[in-house]
Amino acid sequence: MKIGLDVGSTTIKSIVLDGLGNIVYSAYERHFSQITAKTVEALEKIRARFPGKEETSLVISGSAGMGMAENCAIDFVQEVYATKVAAQEKAPGTDVIIELGGEDAKIIYLQGAMEARMNGSCAGGTGAFIDQMATLLGITPDEMNDFARESTKQYTIASRCGVFAKSDIQPLINQGADKRDISASIFSAVVNQTIGGLAQGRAIEGNVLYLGGPLTFMPELRKSFDKALHLKGTCPDNSLYYVALGAALCARNSVDLDQVIFRLSAYESVNDFDTLPPLFADEADYQEFRARHARADVTYGKLEGYMGKAWLGIDAGSTTVKAVVIGEDKEILDSTYLSNSGNPVPIVRDYLTRMYEKNPQVHLLGACVTGYGEDIIRNAFSMDYGLVETMAHLKAAQEFMPDVEFIIDIGGQDMKCFKIHNSAIDNIYLNEACSSGCGSFLQTFAGALNYSAEEFSRQGLFSKNAVDLGSRCTVFMNSSVKQAQKDGVSTEDISAGLSISVVKNAIYKVIRPASVDELGRRIVVQGGTFLNDAVLRAFERELGLFVVRPVIAGLMGAYGCALHAMEHKKEKSKIVTYEELQSFVHEVKNTNCGLCSNHCLLSINTFSGGRKYIAGNKCERPVTKRTSDAEHNIYKYKQELLAAYAPVDGKRKETIGIPMGLNMYELVPFWHKFFSELGFGVVVSPFSTRELYLEGQYSIPSDTVCFPAKMLHGHVEYLKEKQVDAVFYPCMSFNFDEGLGDNNYNCPVVAYYPEVIAANMKFPGRTRLISDYVGPHKRKFFPEKMTELLGRYFDGVELKAVKRASDLAFKERDLFLGRVRKKAEEIVALARKEGRRIIVLAGRPYHVDPEINHGIDMLINGFGVSVISEDSVSHKVSRFPVKVLNQWMYHSRLYAAARYVCTQADMDIVQLVSFGCGLDAITTDEVRRIVEDAGKIYTQIKIDEITNLGAVRVRLRSLLAALEQQEARKAE
Amino acid sequence: METNTRKFKRARNGRIIFTKEMKKDYTILVPDMLPIHFEILKYVFVNEGYKMELLRTAKPEIKQLGLRYVHNDTCYPALLVIGQFLDALESGKYDVDKTALMIMQSGGGCRASNYIHLLRRALEKAGYSQVPVISFNLSGMEYNGGFVMTIPIIRRCAAGVIYGDLLMLLSNQTRAYEINKGDTTAQISRWVHEITDQFQAGKGFSFKEMTENFDRILASFASIPMNKVAKVKVGIVGEIYVKYASFANNNLEEFLAEQGCEVMVPGLLGFLMFKVDARIQDVKIYGGSKVKKFVATTLLNYFKKVEKAFMECVDRYPVFTQLSAYEDTKPLVEGLISVGNRMGEGWFLPAEMIELVKHGYSNIVCTQPFGCLPTHVCGKGMVHKIKEMYPKANIVPIDYDPGATRVNQENRIKLMLSVAREAMEGV
Repeated sequence: MKIGLDVGSTTIKSIVLDGLGNIVYSAYERHFSQITAKTVEALEKIRARFPGKEETSLVISGSAGMGMAENCAIDFVQEVYATKVAAQEKAPGTDVIIELGGEDAKIIYLQGAMEARMNGSCAGGTGAFIDQMATLLGITPDEMNDFARESTKQYTIASRCGVFAKSDIQPLINQGADKRDISASIFSAVVNQTIGGLAQGRAIEGNVLYLGGPLTFMPELRKSFDKALHLKGTCPDNSLYYVALGAALCARNSVDLDQVIFRLSAYESVNDFDTLPPLFADEADYQEFRARHARADVTYGKLEGYMGKAWLGIDAGSTTVKAVVIGEDKEILDSTYLSNSGNPVPIVRDYLTRMYEKNPQVHLLGACVTGYGEDIIRNAFSMDYGLVETMAHLKAAQEFMPDVEFIIDIGGQDMKCFKIHNSAIDNIYLNEACSSGCGSFLQTFAGALNYSAEEFSRQGLFSKNAVDLGSRCTVFMNSSVKQAQKDGVSTEDISAGLSISVVKNAIYKVIRPASVDELGRRIVVQGGTFLNDAVLRAFERELGLFVVRPVIAGLMGAYGCALHAMEHKKEKSKIVTYEELQSFVHEVKNTNCGLCSNHCLLSINTFSGGRKYIAGNKCERPVTKRTSDAEHNIYKYKQELLAAYAPVDGKRKETIGIPMGLNMYELVPFWHKFFSELGFGVVVSPFSTRELYLEGQYSIPSDTVCFPAKMLHGHVEYLKEKQVDAVFYPCMSFNFDEGLGDNNYNCPVVAYYPEVIAANMKFPGRTRLISDYVGPHKRKFFPEKMTELLGRYFDGVELKAVKRASDLAFKERDLFLGRVRKKAEEIVALARKEGRRIIVLAGRPYHVDPEINHGIDMLINGFGVSVISEDSVSHKVSRFPVKVLNQWMYHSRLYAAARYVCTQADMDIVQLVSFGCGLDAITTDEVRRIVEDAGKIYTQIKIDEITNLGAVRVRLRSLLAALEQQEARKAE
Repeated sequence: METNTRKFKRARNGRIIFTKEMKKDYTILVPDMLPIHFEILKYVFVNEGYKMELLRTAKPEIKQLGLRYVHNDTCYPALLVIGQFLDALESGKYDVDKTALMIMQSGGGCRASNYIHLLRRALEKAGYSQVPVISFNLSGMEYNGGFVMTIPIIRRCAAGVIYGDLLMLLSNQTRAYEINKGDTTAQISRWVHEITDQFQAGKGFSFKEMTENFDRILASFASIPMNKVAKVKVGIVGEIYVKYASFANNNLEEFLAEQGCEVMVPGLLGFLMFKVDARIQDVKIYGGSKVKKFVATTLLNYFKKVEKAFMECVDRYPVFTQLSAYEDTKPLVEGLISVGNRMGEGWFLPAEMIELVKHGYSNIVCTQPFGCLPTHVCGKGMVHKIKEMYPKANIVPIDYDPGATRVNQENRIKLMLSVAREAMEGV
């Protein structure tokens, strides 16, 4: 018999073939990372089932089996290869295999040159991702499939990785979107991730085979794939076992099964992990630590029978809801900490009911809410105040340490850190698009290993050899943990290692201080994750100092809210009464907003008493009916300017298509003029949309390149559909020289992305691609070089005409920039007249694209703040020394804009950074240095496919709150 | 602190200039990238009177130091190299007031040109602001009176590079097949010694001496007893640091050897020629200074002469495979990528891939740091088309960064090897 074992990331699958190649046995079991033990078990079962002494051969496959097989001298085949072997045997004629596993996703092309794509550094779109999302929704994966079947709407969910998707889904849940629609949207996110991330330009067509757990168990997921691929794939018999089957088919060398089992049982994995010292030397050490932290406490009272004044604070967080009632001496009368399984409204309602039941006479003077669910809760229950989370936490922390210098709060999936300077928030660090190292991350791991979160963290307290798991994204840690498990590292050591990683992430990824001293010596830690002693200890050790963890670390947001309400000295809260709660109704209606072309999917929540709350909106328009206009927003103005470069017909018969992406966002005026003056017809692709992105997604070769670059594929598709004669998208090593830097390069992606388009998109029809190298920075040589270039594609392009067109094109560019700069002056003047703050929303020209900036410009406008851009002020500064090599033109503008902001009291800078932009690793530090040296607050917003603005809103509100506080202090 | 009050000669942007006086008693630390090459190159400078030491440390703490002092989204090579420097300064092995650091600065449009500034910032943060940093470049950036790249030095460096390339080329082709384990390694250390001895004596740089040496080296490697069994042939290309430095690529060459492969790693000279040539191409494409073009052309021609001498010698030993001359790789990328693509590894990276395929090394690991910008285009961006042009090409791109785990990388490489083995059996 032939045995094939597939030791995957979460399961072990076994297959036994008889002499004729028939499947005579199959088994599927989760291994809970007890890999060796479970493998032995699986083999023992097979031995018991087939006790005869027939000749046996065995091959192991699967990512988690690799090390074990090698060390025990058992034959091993790579799992993709095994899948291929099985498919050739069981499903001949298959062209493409799509296999989703626990933590892997694969596409295998069988026709022609065999090729396999596996998810590398990104685990988005895998079984683990689906499980995680199901947990988030509070349903089982099976239920998710049932729900998806009945969906009527689709939401956009970032498919890049679990972390992003989660931050898209959480607000949907909070806003009361239908689980059926969310489920279906999750499936299509998985599909997008698989196709976008793995197909990398190669079309999926012909006979498609669906394999692996998620695709086997979820017919709706298969349907989603069918729909996206425009075909009907099959999910064959034994679709779970293809890897094991392939391994069995590869088995050639006969083995003695008893011996193999013996070798495996005796196998102790070699531990080549870096280890860290234990968290606690011994029990006494731990007890001392406990005692020290127990001292940071508040006083408590009893709500029952309390007759004095009281204030209520609620923190409706992403995964939990916390509530606190305080009395006149700031004593906690009542509190609760509940997990939020999607919709915070019923949870808060239940809590309020209980509160009233405990003390029907409770005399509430004020009620305040903070957190993700702030808006909906505030509206639903008619709370008096809403407070941005950062301020709530600061209020609470100051209660424990009035001169606190630094607060770090790690919650379920968000991390907030802020520096306090002169009792005002001076600097805010939020985990942007990444939630690695937060509470839900630890919880997910605990769950995967079959522990409760508390149990799991306790395991780590006395670990002797905590593993070093690095400090990056969850996805990376997933595979680090996988490797640790593979190497047989104990759960204790993994638990401790994860706690240490959480801390390292917070410090080195989110806060990134130059040295620990930069954080100050007076630190308060809070948030649910710090209730975990292992995390707290790791944090103190990493910083080399003792910090204060209030006993109510998990309640701080709510406590701060209650304090805030108390400060307002209101006579009576307008919160809903007990009677009103009895007849409380909450209805959700979904509809598309028709106020602009974004067509946001709105969730309209109505509550009893006619209170209403709208969610899902990108801008404030459906709520306030106020528009964001070019009077206060240069992004809007730039869009208007660019939209004016409409299609033109030319004297010549050929039409040139210009894709509106990356540097073209600034060069459209230049090239539009240039080509139309030469007599060509010109078509410019429109601003990006989600649909446009999906159109071109199939041909993106690198899934880690920035989103603005990925967008280009859709624009080129659009121009091909328009049947232009040539898509003009030239390479440009250099940009125009504005004299602000040491050099005037474009970034490597901007410079050469046309090469990627050329190598990965097909131009079979009428449309050609012109991706040659051009250099308008060499003004003198430009006409000659362009004549030469165009001569390679078109007849009758004369140097004289090109010279003229060039002159006009250069003029047009100056005109365009001039208009932008002039408009900025007007916006600033108007803002000053109206007493509005001004934000320089600094990025690159392509951040003007509404699909790329996600309407952050409008969001800022919604706060009553005017928006200008980096390129509209950079000319006001002449070249100055910076501490980096100032060699990219767009980036020179950032430094110049930062410098300019420092000279304007009513201006602040918010830097937009596209995820995956490597250059911004350099620019952000430098821009920060420039503004902080001048005593300004630096704010950075990372953007990606991610469409939810919740975190951005918090960030901007915190900035504005901090600025107000600063101002108030100055006024004193 | 005393060190902070010391008077340094500073450039306009405030950096410390490495002066002639410093040359006398400062030790210059250089991060190793290619053990053979750098050991030899070191003696070019020792011979010039510099005290130079290569950093070969590879402890895990280095990564941690890097993460601590460098922006985490910065490329992996910067993180490692800066971590390595800081680790050295903290080790107590060096007098930090008599130590300078040297780092390569390409001057191209990729982030690597900024490593030096990241390093300075890290030094400042870590409290070593008195340590001067020397930029090693061929573009005249950051003048240092105590460290000047003269034409003779550049020539000598070219000699060092070519010796390194030769030893790397030959050893890879013998080590996989040697009958007596260790023969190849013994030859390498013998020749590194001999060449560095020559360098110290001011010899081994002239064309005559070079060709003599080449011939003797070739003869000695050719005499290693080998058993030429069929092995999977794998080429390694990619971002320059990750491709070469075993510390960065998790001992990729060793892993491939364990998997029973013969490895081909293209030499360093080609990359240098590509970098010099970029300036010539810029002028050709966009127009510009004839003088700059002339200087670059002169240098490139010198490199070409060295390359030619090298190739003619290797040609006499048909047992060894060598890749084509730099200039001959240009036609290979026609219709694929323009030779104007000059940032990072630029067009030369896909050219190397095609070269490898054409010379029988159709299985390729394309290494890059996670998030490396130029290789989005010239690495990963080209794989699809290369496979279309050369169906035999079996390329796997691998990302490296502090969080990427070996198990994932090796798993992907193993898949590439499974496909390679099948192709080999199929023949």
